[in-house]
Amino acid sequence: MVIEGRAWTFGNDVSTDLLYPQVAYSLPLEEAAQLVFSASRPGWSQQVERGDIIVGGTNFGMGSSRPAVALLRELGIAANLAESFANLYFRNCVNYALPALALNGILQLVSEGDSLRIDFSSGLVENVTTGEALRAEPLPEALLAIVESGGVLASLEAEGYLPPIQTGANE
Amino acid sequence: MTEKILARTAGREATAPGDILVCSVDRAVVLDMQFSSTAIPWREPLKMTHPDRLAVILDHGAPAPSTRDANGHHMAREFCARYGITDFFDIGNHGICHQVIAERGLARPGELLLCSDSHTCAGGAFNAAARGVGSLEMIQIICTGTTWFVVAPSVRVELSGTLNDACEGKDVFLALAGRYGSADNRNLEFVGAGVSTLSLHDRRTIATQCAEVNAEFSIFASDPVIDDYLAARGVDETAPVKPDANATYDETWTLELDSFEPQVATPGKIVGNVSPVSQQAEVKLDQCFIGSCANGHLEDFEIAASVLEGKTVAAGTRLIVTPASQRVYLEAVRAGYVASIMEAGGVVTSSTCGACFGYHMGVLGDGEVCLTASTRNFKGRMGSPDSEVYMASTRTVATSAVTGRLTDPRALR
Ligand code: SF4
Repeated sequence: MVIEGRAWTFGNDVSTDLLYPQVAYSLPLEEAAQLVFSASRPGWSQQVERGDIIVGGTNFGMGSSRPAVALLRELGIAANLAESFANLYFRNCVNYALPALALNGILQLVSEGDSLRIDFSSGLVENVTTGEALRAEPLPEALLAIVESGGVLASLEAEGYLPPIQTGANE
Repeated sequence: MTEKILARTAGREATAPGDILVCSVDRAVVLDMQFSSTAIPWREPLKMTHPDRLAVILDHGAPAPSTRDANGHHMAREFCARYGITDFFDIGNHGICHQVIAERGLARPGELLLCSDSHTCAGGAFNAAARGVGSLEMIQIICTGTTWFVVAPSVRVELSGTLNDACEGKDVFLALAGRYGSADNRNLEFVGAGVSTLSLHDRRTIATQCAEVNAEFSIFASDPVIDDYLAARGVDETAPVKPDANATYDETWTLELDSFEPQVATPGKIVGNVSPVSQQAEVKLDQCFIGSCANGHLEDFEIAASVLEGKTVAAGTRLIVTPASQRVYLEAVRAGYVASIMEAGGVVTSSTCGACFGYHMGVLGDGEVCLTASTRNFKGRMGSPDSEVYMASTRTVATSAVTGRLTDPRALR
């Protein structure tokens, strides 16, 4: 799986309270997604475009289990890189089919706005803008398979555990 | 210990860090948010592999603070009725999931316990491999009874000595976070003579809070205190896991329980943000909060009541105390703790997650400063993104409610 897109950079210890503020709980997915980072970076959700990539610092996604990744998918975020992830957030990435890789030094490789090309099978991350590259531990095959199959809901539907959804609005 | 549980549930003899396992979940706990979420609207499964292993608990918004929550509760009731789920804790029997899990004996030694709340590691106090999963992953577990893990390396946390009476489990956890920082996605395994000198209440606070240092799992060695607690709840047979003498650990951390003084985490995050209360400059408080899965236990009521007995909450400061479950509430009423807190001017709310995640019953306004005994101090966690949350032990919070500013509990003796 290879993904190309424009990078947005963030610092260390970005919490799910910032990604998915509690006030968004009562809103439909579309409107909730407009509140991602509203406390730390107002206006970000409106600037983001489909196919963009998030690059975070250490412990990205710290905190609660809330489905912050669902909001990022709704905004069209195509991939998530970070120096390191909070483990629960990383599980959510895999299960929501948001390809994610942890990579030491990524914030040194990438400035905001750079174009990136990420090969999730080999772990190679190229900064197309600067020509520099770094290699991460690739996503384990079993986890990549979950991502490539479209995440947990798609598998559960295919296996007959969940009724198929008509609108496709579940992402 | 963690590896043994994961290996068993994956049908393996043994396992090692880096292995990817598909594990059969011994106990799965589903929450109200699963049903009321707008991000992942609830869809009833067509089939389930192990409905007998499920429990459903209403806690985050209980009783319902909104129509959406009320509708979610309704769906939870219908789901439990349809599938004959008897471990259903509806309003009246409700409480914060990790408290209900503990007091109903659902966290058991040697078992794999998963719940869609990040503080499920609370169950590690009972020698269970317990952790939080996402609500999407929970749908998979509800359906298939299984999920995946990448086995993490473990850190041995060696406890020794006895806690001094100014400190609680919260201070031990904060000291751990202050001294060692993040667990970096490794398991924390608490062992040593100090385990049994800690009360189960303190062990539960510590296990719960390990979510804040990014532990993959946090688990305590078992002892007779656990057996007695579970036996009193009708759980007689358990299969605790012990660390092998030659177990491999990534690192060893040591905590001498008698060496601590009361700690506080300053606003924003925990790791790298902890210091002794005695070293803090003056912090004026608008709100003091005691509650949550970590510190809404009966013992927290006992501590708060003993501090507040015959005193009053400072003018300009409000104290909110939220029991972790209906059972805690009832026992706190019977013991007279609720009266002591109310006579001092505190508010005792119904049991819920409530203010801990800024949802209801104690949400912070712009510019307000709160000292909490709950689990998190992140920006916006308890309400306005412009509010500030400090975190400390129940004794420190109760003491500070009396003075109206962050105060070392030893100062008010
Ligand atoms: S009390 Fe707070 S930390 Fe505990 S489960 Fe509820 S919201 Fe989460």
